[in-house]
Amino acid sequence: MAPTNRNPEPLESYRSGPDEHGHFGLFGGRFVAETLMPLILDLETAYTEARQSPEFQHDFDYYAAHYTGRPSPLYFAKSLTESLGGAKIYFKRDELNHTGSHKINNTLGQILLAKRMGKSRIIAETGAGQHGVATATVCALFDLPCVVYMGATDIERQAPNVFRMKLLGAEIVPVTSGTGTLKDAMNDALRDWVANVADTFYIIGTVAGPHPYPAMVRDFQSIIGREAKEQMLAAEGRLPDTLVACIGGGSNAMGLFHPFLDDPVQIVGVEAGGFGLETDKHAASLTGGRPGVLHGNRTYLLQNEDGQINDAHSISAGLDYPGIGPEHAWLHDHGRVDYVSVTDSEALDAFQLCCRTEGIIPALEPAHALAHVAKIAPTMDKEQIIVMNLCGRGDKDIFTVADALGVEI
Amino acid sequence: MSSGDRIQSTFSRLKKEGRAGLVTFITAGDPDPKTSQQLMAQLPDAGSDIIELGMPFSDPMADGPAIQAANLRALASGASLMGTLDMVRRFRENNSTTPVILMGYFNPIYQYGPSRFVTDAVAAGVDGLIMVDLPPEEDEELCDPARTAGLHWVRLVTPTSNEGRLKQVLQNTSGFIYYVSIAGITGTRSAAASAIGEALATVRKHTQLPIAVGFGINTAEQVRETGEVADGAVVGSAIIREIENNLDASGCAKPELLDRVTGLVSDLAGGLRS
Repeated sequence: MAPTNRNPEPLESYRSGPDEHGHFGLFGGRFVAETLMPLILDLETAYTEARQSPEFQHDFDYYAAHYTGRPSPLYFAKSLTESLGGAKIYFKRDELNHTGSHKINNTLGQILLAKRMGKSRIIAETGAGQHGVATATVCALFDLPCVVYMGATDIERQAPNVFRMKLLGAEIVPVTSGTGTLKDAMNDALRDWVANVADTFYIIGTVAGPHPYPAMVRDFQSIIGREAKEQMLAAEGRLPDTLVACIGGGSNAMGLFHPFLDDPVQIVGVEAGGFGLETDKHAASLTGGRPGVLHGNRTYLLQNEDGQINDAHSISAGLDYPGIGPEHAWLHDHGRVDYVSVTDSEALDAFQLCCRTEGIIPALEPAHALAHVAKIAPTMDKEQIIVMNLCGRGDKDIFTVADALGVEI
Repeated sequence: MSSGDRIQSTFSRLKKEGRAGLVTFITAGDPDPKTSQQLMAQLPDAGSDIIELGMPFSDPMADGPAIQAANLRALASGASLMGTLDMVRRFRENNSTTPVILMGYFNPIYQYGPSRFVTDAVAAGVDGLIMVDLPPEEDEELCDPARTAGLHWVRLVTPTSNEGRLKQVLQNTSGFIYYVSIAGITGTRSAAASAIGEALATVRKHTQLPIAVGFGINTAEQVRETGEVADGAVVGSAIIREIENNLDASGCAKPELLDRVTGLVSDLAGGLRS
């Protein structure tokens, strides 16, 4: 069986990865078909150049401010804090972004890069549809054709987002191969990319995939953590004690965490526990999986003894993925970030708590983070501070929630 | 006979016969272990010069619908990497000459343990490996231990491999080169023979190794055309589709499956033996 190199020795910096081959220790890498290798290498070169380009940075900042609406507020959730009776709770409100989640931070960065590289066609995979909507949005803005791969089951569950993507001009391809889930949507997007290498740019939605995607998506999402740090210093004159974010692939979490990795801040990632880790119906790759290779990178995966990938389960379609970004896997093994899990029913409770105490309908994804906040806040001092990434709004989830609560709408 | 010799002696024999070889792909355990074992045993007599045996994986990213379905059928009928090695071991009880190349994705081998895998593969009678998702950048994972153990490492060269890349890809490659004739997945489009000929001329500038061409070769005529420019023609999806066409409504092999599939292989092989 594959080794788990859990190494508790502290490092000088946790912000140094990946190495030049795209490895975060054991994790990451470029496990792709040879047809894609020249493209992956081109992408890496183009991204390295773009990062150093003032013009690229200017465009990214411009659209972040004027199109997405950044910076997103860092909001003191007073009612929730009082109701839980412990640490002060702040929300980083990325649900207020245009398109309703943090996903747009990344799609804007990648489409600017695609334009720079002269690509004329965009593809993406999506689970809940948030990344698909964010990709379709920037494709409409920059007038590029957009093809979104989405599991056939998810298409049924997420009808509003499917229609949203269509309104934005995207073509939705239902994925029935394999088990018709997010991992299969990613397989089919990779198959499309292999067949259309000359003109197509693949906008991956999370901090996973072959190098340079995990680092690139992290960099685009790190705007969340950089803002949060500045805003926290302005509001409280100090850093928070604890950061909490939910994790499917892990892009919103990595965006919040990365700027704080070398600071004296406790960091917690919350995986989707589904029906519970003791069942086989969950999406907790770190706590319930082990290292393996899928979708171009080595990371923790839900899999059987023979290395066949298991289906994930979560009430939240956005967390329903059997893997996790390789940098999270590395931070997990080094013990720099604590990874915990929250079940479907705990997330549902937190979802309702947020609606009632703060008048905010959160997405089911950050409801998982909130469920963990609700567990730890009461055990902390009133002077202590938690920052939670409220990475998406819940409009898309009201049907799922109604169904889970046995309500007909 | 050491594993390395089978590939070399096969290509030497083909050279003497003045023809290209037929490489046939099947997925181990598709549609069930028994049928798959029988089919493998019959492939050489049907005209297959080299057998490429797919190691089933739940997420075969470089494969089209036909081979994806074959992977899932095999897994549903209990296939595993250990089962695949066992299949080769049994095949070798009655065949010591036909090269067997295992093709697949890294994760099942990674879970099995790469060093244990190469030892067991050599012992079972495997001659070489084709790994879809291990580019030269990841050679230390499996390529290095496999070559040390005496297995051939057959690399995929693609239309996107420019000359600089080609040098890197050809390094550490042995046995033969597998030229992927299209940028795409298995069992979909076909490339024009003239385009393949041009591409192979470039590859031959950099290597003396035999070259087999695959992806999109479905008919005896395409096999014949490919055989005119390459040392081998690989057929996969067409064989897999013939298996699929001979399953009953519940997905079980019909009695005529073996005859139909070996009949197709004989037909394909006919394209190379005028």
